[in-house]
Amino acid sequence: MSDHPMVKAEQVCKSFGHVEVLKGIDLEIAPREVLCIIGPSGSGKSTFLRCINHLEDVDAGKLWVDGELVGYRERGGKLHEMKERDVAAQRREIGMVFQRFNLFPHMTALENVMVAPVKVKGEKKSVVHERAMDLLKQVGLGDRGGAYPSMLSGGQQQRVAIARALAMQPKLMLFDEPTSALDPELVGDVLEVMRQLAESGMTMVVVTHEMGFAREVGDSLVFMDGGVVVEAGPPREVITNPQHKRTQAFLSKVL
Amino acid sequence: MTEPTGQARPEPIKAVPVRHPGRWVGIVVVAILTAMFLHMLLTNDAFQWQFMFDNMFSEPVLKGAWTTLWVTVVAMILGVVIGVIIAVMRLSPNPVISSAAFAYTWFFRAVPRVVLLVLFGNLGILYAEVGFGLPFGEQLLGLFGLEGSGQIFGVDANKILSGLVAGLLGLSLSEGAYMGEIVRAGIQSIDPGQAEAAQALGMGRGLTMQRIVLPQAMRVIVPPTGNETIAMLKDTALLAFVPVTNELFFQLQAIGSRTFQVFPMLVAACLWYLSMTSVLMVGQYFLEKRFARGVQGRAKEKLLKATVPTGAGIE
Repeated sequence: MSDHPMVKAEQVCKSFGHVEVLKGIDLEIAPREVLCIIGPSGSGKSTFLRCINHLEDVDAGKLWVDGELVGYRERGGKLHEMKERDVAAQRREIGMVFQRFNLFPHMTALENVMVAPVKVKGEKKSVVHERAMDLLKQVGLGDRGGAYPSMLSGGQQQRVAIARALAMQPKLMLFDEPTSALDPELVGDVLEVMRQLAESGMTMVVVTHEMGFAREVGDSLVFMDGGVVVEAGPPREVITNPQHKRTQAFLSKVL
Repeated sequence: MTEPTGQARPEPIKAVPVRHPGRWVGIVVVAILTAMFLHMLLTNDAFQWQFMFDNMFSEPVLKGAWTTLWVTVVAMILGVVIGVIIAVMRLSPNPVISSAAFAYTWFFRAVPRVVLLVLFGNLGILYAEVGFGLPFGEQLLGLFGLEGSGQIFGVDANKILSGLVAGLLGLSLSEGAYMGEIVRAGIQSIDPGQAEAAQALGMGRGLTMQRIVLPQAMRVIVPPTGNETIAMLKDTALLAFVPVTNELFFQLQAIGSRTFQVFPMLVAACLWYLSMTSVLMVGQYFLEKRFARGVQGRAKEKLLKATVPTGAGIE
């Protein structure tokens, strides 16, 4: 294992127009760590997640993934914007799961899982096919590979989306409220898949409202509000014994 | 489903249906109008049905119909290609490229097709010769004190801009502007989350467009493209202004004016365009079905066994 953190954020700031969404985030995520981010909506937690794979560019501060600066290159003390191709290459190593799944509706579940390794990495179809089938089995959908997303339930779609991200063999997985758009009885299956993934040693950053998951699976917990990290620590401590007033107020509403 | 205990299933409802007297009145009115129309078709001598059928399949008309058909197909293919390029350019973050696409659309939508066709037909006045070589070759070489035009090869403009090429060029350039807007609407109808998911998987802009966005946009693009194809089929009649005479409507009209039987030939033109359009509509139906994949209600689940060996549609 490398000694540097998987993700390192240093005073990350981001504004949309006049609205300052992130006001200087400092964070470190070790390899194999599962970090959960909680907070009220509008607190900037999804934006921070999207900065990690450069879906949003950072206005100020620095972000590293696996020791590499995200979206920029440092040369002679100056930052150079990366070319689109290099940004894409960085993203290959980072899997992302969205709140609204964003599966490709014109492809079957199997095609969804296979398309990126085949088209982006140029891997052999037969190799990818085997891996894709294994991944679908792993998320409990081994027999649904031929189904189009519209024929799957929300929970099934989200599990296909997780398999799709894993097919690129990423070293880091980002989850943006993966269960928020699901019917309550479908949440459990998705969380179970994520728990298994965490146990297998994947580094994960999870923006979530599932306190149970954060407590049971998370190695650390961050509470964000108003674009800053208000409180961070081991999940049990933060949840059962929050130090900050704002954390207390938030937790009293969601627990 | 659980049966309610101790109760038999209720009888299906047997009610007296609502009467629709308006429908009966409508049927009578439509029937009378149809009968009057048919009566007119059969009794008015000016239609000259026999003459029409004898002439609407004559050699020059068939040749004209063939020209109309292939010009439609080629102009539409070129138009769609130009349209996709213009749409992608228009949505480019590069302001120069996107303004260029806007200017193209602005010009070719503003100028009527007839005017455009006459213009292209007369392009030979502007250029005696079409050449390929250094841009501003003569002036550039002059700067270095050299003689010559910098031209690699050239051809007589009147030769390449023969009627058909000029007509085809005018029609496809004009079509490209309309198709550009249709394709742009299709691209913009796709949830941005799709492109985002593709980016998150490491796909670049080109691959995202080609694999993810455009295939989905096709569902929105195909129906108006069907419209455009039908409009194009009819606009080939404008080729006469280039002038191209080897075209369906011109040929039918020529027979009409030569024989002083103008009206039957106009009816023949209607029938020709009607039947050609019907064929195109069948094609559109199959295209729409093809691009409805994954849309609920239309898609049939592929059997897993069928997809396993091929790894599905990722070509």
